[in-house]
Amino acid sequence: MIQNRLTKLFQTSQQNILTIYFTAGFPQLRDTQRILEALEQSGADIIEIGMPFSDPIADGEVIQMSNQQALENGMTIAKMFEQIANFRQKIKIPVLLMGYLNPVLQFGMERFCQTAAQVGIDGFILPDLPLNEYLSDYKSLWDAHNLSNVFLITPQTPESRIRMIDEVSEGFIYAVSTSSTTGKTSAISASQTAYFARLQALNLKNPFLIGFGISDKASFRQACTHARGAIIGSAFIKMLQNSQDLPVDIANFVQKIKS
Amino acid sequence: MIYTVNEAGYYGKFGGAYIPEMLYPNVEELRERYLDIINEPAFQQEFQELLHDYVGRPSPLYFAKRLSDLYNTKIYLKREDLNHTGAHKINNTIGQVLLAKRLGKQKIIAETGAGQHGVATATVCALMGLECIVYMGEIDIARQRPNVERMKMLGAKVVPATSGSRTLKDATNEAMRHWINNPTDTHYIIGSVVGPHPYPDMVARFQSVISAEIKQQLQTKEGRDYPDYVIACVGGGSNAAGAFYHFLDNQKVGLIGAEAGGLGIDSGKSAATLALGKIGILHGSKTVLMQTTDGQVVEPHSISAGLDYPGIGPLHAHLSDTQRGQFYSITDDEAMRAGLLVSRTEGIIPAIETAHAFAILTKKTFQVNDVVVICLSGRGDKDLDTYVNYQY
Repeated sequence: MIQNRLTKLFQTSQQNILTIYFTAGFPQLRDTQRILEALEQSGADIIEIGMPFSDPIADGEVIQMSNQQALENGMTIAKMFEQIANFRQKIKIPVLLMGYLNPVLQFGMERFCQTAAQVGIDGFILPDLPLNEYLSDYKSLWDAHNLSNVFLITPQTPESRIRMIDEVSEGFIYAVSTSSTTGKTSAISASQTAYFARLQALNLKNPFLIGFGISDKASFRQACTHARGAIIGSAFIKMLQNSQDLPVDIANFVQKIKS
Repeated sequence: MIYTVNEAGYYGKFGGAYIPEMLYPNVEELRERYLDIINEPAFQQEFQELLHDYVGRPSPLYFAKRLSDLYNTKIYLKREDLNHTGAHKINNTIGQVLLAKRLGKQKIIAETGAGQHGVATATVCALMGLECIVYMGEIDIARQRPNVERMKMLGAKVVPATSGSRTLKDATNEAMRHWINNPTDTHYIIGSVVGPHPYPDMVARFQSVISAEIKQQLQTKEGRDYPDYVIACVGGGSNAAGAFYHFLDNQKVGLIGAEAGGLGIDSGKSAATLALGKIGILHGSKTVLMQTTDGQVVEPHSISAGLDYPGIGPLHAHLSDTQRGQFYSITDDEAMRAGLLVSRTEGIIPAIETAHAFAILTKKTFQVNDVVVICLSGRGDKDLDTYVNYQY
């Protein structure tokens, strides 16, 4: 059994769990720590730190742009770990790292797990890491460091596979709201509602959070009627891009959604 | 040593399917069904008929006498340039479109570099009455305009890829994103032996008609069914995979690939993946790719849009790793000169991609009795502007 801030959160907090994604090194290289602090202070429940990649195929334009900008700013996994080396002195909520597999492999998977555990990371979301390879090559390593692995599922994921993912997950399952890249916003449709209801009826051992297309209070509320919480990424990045005062704007953004 | 793909989708340590969950159902459906579909007699009959009557196969194996005299060896050209649409690419698009129909897909997407795969995809979609969208890098749209016009005339929609280096890699990213957003009614026809399993194997199988024919044709012309060497250019590596396929296990056959060296492998402007790359993950496959020490994909350079790609198919990564294949990097300049030479010596203007394969003749000396087959993967009509404006 993994025990970390993430598993603890789901044991204690029941509803309306707000998860915010941002890209490390965006808008400015040194903004990572400021954004983390502002998110915690304003009441976000979980944070996903995105590790930028040159070819983010699952992402729409907004997160692509933030990845590219962060890379131009000089962000790397090593630099990110330097920036968050002491972040646990101030930040108590669960923090996950999200990104594509290639930069992680080049950094070295063992070193990645060790460093992440050392600085106080609670888990990873690596959407292009195959389930089989996670189980055969990495699970025991991650378990040893109390790191959760979060898998994605989509409306097309068959029940048998959802059950398999549920079986090996500890933390939560990332339910992609619709088959799309990130950042596509539209009202939650009847077919999506049916999909969420189907997920609820599966009685999974892990809670699920809904992501992709959640952008504001209305969509967050709606998602929360079907799940323990939801994840916002592109809308937050868009706000950061236009912000003149990060702490104030982040506080406003989070409060508007949580109010 | 095994050179074909294993049950799990790997060539040695390369291959696999490293894809986000959004792509999983489509790729999994393909993986479960591709071999059964391809092996159906009805599929094979339709495929072979179209290759024969529509593409014009078998393509000739032509003994290039003047080129042979020049290099003092026996050079045969496998004339994929004479296929309908002017390159080997159509072998694969015919196969995949027939497969897509059997999977019940109504829409087709593709990426393209030089535009040859885009044209071949647009062609088979017109033939089958399917909607077609082709992603193409903005830079490639500018340098391969004739092919863009052809795709449009064939009824395809050409969408510019405007991110990153605005070439083949980015067109592939955009096509994958499109597939994520349209998961049920769309089939993605990848044009090379790249991407998640089963694409590299599926595309290699469709292209393997090239080496199947070479075997038969050499039997007639040389009294033996294998050459001493097969030479092909390699970007992702589909024509090379097809030309090598039936010789992979025959150690008497030397397999030679020509990568795009761009301005030279030390110039910072190159697409010579095997020379410059390291193992990693790109476009759903574990393979060799050009990347920084931090794992960011490096933007490649080649004068040839079709070879301007920072990765390589996992089969070729494996052939290089096991030293079953020899891979050379050919600079822009060497390729352009070779293209001009072939034009004047044999009366054949090769695609600039293909010209890289001919430049091997200046890099490696063959014995006078060696039988050397060069895969003439495409014709150079699309490249006239580049040929005419090049400072030789």
